[in-house]
Amino acid sequence: MSFLEMLYFIIPSAILYATPLIFTAIGGVFSERSGVVNIGLEGLMIVGAFVGIFVNLEFASTLGSATIWVAMLAAIIVGGIFSLLHAVASISFRADQTVSGVAINLLGLAVSVFLVKLIYDKGQTDMISQPISRFSIPYLQDIPFFGPLLFRDVYSSSILAFAVAIGAWFIIYKTPFGLRLRAVGEHPMAADTMGVKVNKMRYIAVVISGALGGLGGAVYAQTITHDFSHATIAGQGFMALAAMIFGKWHPIGALGAALFFGLAQTLSIAGGQIPYVQDIPAVYLQILPYVLTILALAGFIGKASAPKASGQPYIKGKR
Amino acid sequence: MSNRVINILVPIISIIIGLIVGAIVMLVSGYDPIQGYIALWTGIFGDSYSIGNTIRQITPYLLAGLAVAFAFRTGLFNIGVEGQLILGWLAAAWVGYAFELPKIIHLPLALLAAAAAGAFWAFIAGFLKAKFKVHEVIATIMLNYTALYIANAVIKKLSDGSFKTERIHETASLRSPFLRELTDNSSLHYGIIVAIIMVVVMWFILEKTTRGYELKAVGLNQHAAEYSGMSVNKNIILAMTISGMFAGLGGAMEALGTFQNASIKAGFTGIGFDGIAVALLGANTPLGVVFGASLFGSLKYGALNMPNAAGIPEEIVSIIIALIIFFVASGYIIRVVLQKLKKKKEGQ
Repeated sequence: MSFLEMLYFIIPSAILYATPLIFTAIGGVFSERSGVVNIGLEGLMIVGAFVGIFVNLEFASTLGSATIWVAMLAAIIVGGIFSLLHAVASISFRADQTVSGVAINLLGLAVSVFLVKLIYDKGQTDMISQPISRFSIPYLQDIPFFGPLLFRDVYSSSILAFAVAIGAWFIIYKTPFGLRLRAVGEHPMAADTMGVKVNKMRYIAVVISGALGGLGGAVYAQTITHDFSHATIAGQGFMALAAMIFGKWHPIGALGAALFFGLAQTLSIAGGQIPYVQDIPAVYLQILPYVLTILALAGFIGKASAPKASGQPYIKGKR
Repeated sequence: MSNRVINILVPIISIIIGLIVGAIVMLVSGYDPIQGYIALWTGIFGDSYSIGNTIRQITPYLLAGLAVAFAFRTGLFNIGVEGQLILGWLAAAWVGYAFELPKIIHLPLALLAAAAAGAFWAFIAGFLKAKFKVHEVIATIMLNYTALYIANAVIKKLSDGSFKTERIHETASLRSPFLRELTDNSSLHYGIIVAIIMVVVMWFILEKTTRGYELKAVGLNQHAAEYSGMSVNKNIILAMTISGMFAGLGGAMEALGTFQNASIKAGFTGIGFDGIAVALLGANTPLGVVFGASLFGSLKYGALNMPNAAGIPEEIVSIIIALIIFFVASGYIIRVVLQKLKKKKEGQ
């Protein structure tokens, strides 16, 4: 394999694996920016993956190529609704946000597998007939070097992921809504004094994280696994959490980290076919994202600090 | 109602709501909840074989619960029990088959190795927190995955490419012909005794030693502890390490008692995460952990009987467990309701 062939093989695959992480990690950015820790990203992704596959299987014959979009939309809606549990528990009922997130993860998996067994009478769904398909972007694909690398055989979901990342950056840093969101996460009392409704902002942020987490799960299932079982989203949600932290709670940072983690996943899965990489034991590539996140938090790779009020319920009138 | 009564009522009410919601889910899904709960009950207590296996299932939950509870009491949240348990499992299995020693040395050595492996993995998180202010929740989540992949790679290496290690020697085994016969050939083993000893050990450390007092003090108020001359950093590292020791022993229960080897895992065992629920239900006290572990161990084992006996997917129990965690975590709202009821009563 020549170097160029290697790049043409690795880069599109890295983008493929990064796409679900981008959505979910940016969902995490919204939630944590508002001051609500969301360990439950994994559970949200699982629910999204299940909904995506369910809709795809049930409606593929009537909706045809529009199926994937309906499936993604359904995953967004159900993910948003599911995340309300986390919002109610951690915002209104003042539950420990980490514990509530753990419960979301357990519940997401249990409910999804329960429903699969209820609906299909077995632990694993059939393969979908309408996965998210690849296409080449006209004209752009003809650019030398970059064309085949970035614009040939791309997934529509990947383009959407980049759009979401840029959109999230704009919303969080360039709009009044984003300013309020960040204020609520840094210093809720000050925000409250200025008339920002702290709990409302947090509810919105958590639901956005649920919607994007659901979307991430649906995209993962419809591009990579093509079916749903208990092992479909094994750890992707936690990897998205890692990408969010590694990206320093910033949408573009999360995008970059997700792309890097996507590369690591590609190398650990397909590493056997790539020269030089095949000599590295897969385990090093598998643990890379997690070890890097720990190093980032320890301050070895630039200081990463969470929003100040992250993890604390806001209790009006309490100083 | 005193605070003490409310503290006991919150988990009980949570369990009841969890079971009720579980019944509603079964009803809505077209299953018969009464049949479901009967199947669950017989799965747990039906005969001496079930009871033996239920107790076996409770054993690792006890240790995982102790690990989470111990960390909680010292102000730390150890989500890394899962990873510490996996490494303890591996260490126990390795010592179990790689050495040939008399039982009196071999078994304690294997247990010690598991405890040390778990303790070391938790120590990393404690050290990172103390020295670099890395939040232990995130560090332990990342360490869980690192442990899972490292353990898998090591098992592959140890077994020359196979998916499980050699079987441990009889001298390292916790299995007991006596307990097996007593329970109609169930896989009950002596691990339950180890676990109960550890319950006492945790109680002793926290309640009877100066060090335990310090650890609790740091958990309650870091600044006050620091002001009175305690080293917060040292205590954080020590607390995590002890917590990891319990978790590692939980892994030893699986290696030396139930499975007699360590195998490659596609995902987590879930025991570590359920340990969070166990600790929460038990209000982070050693005795409470016994109750929490008994409940979760029973539910988890009894659930296996539900698909056969009532045609209900066993995941219903996982749903119930997750809901119980939600309700216990949201204890604040239950407290508010209880306080209101109390005021109403006083008003009459």
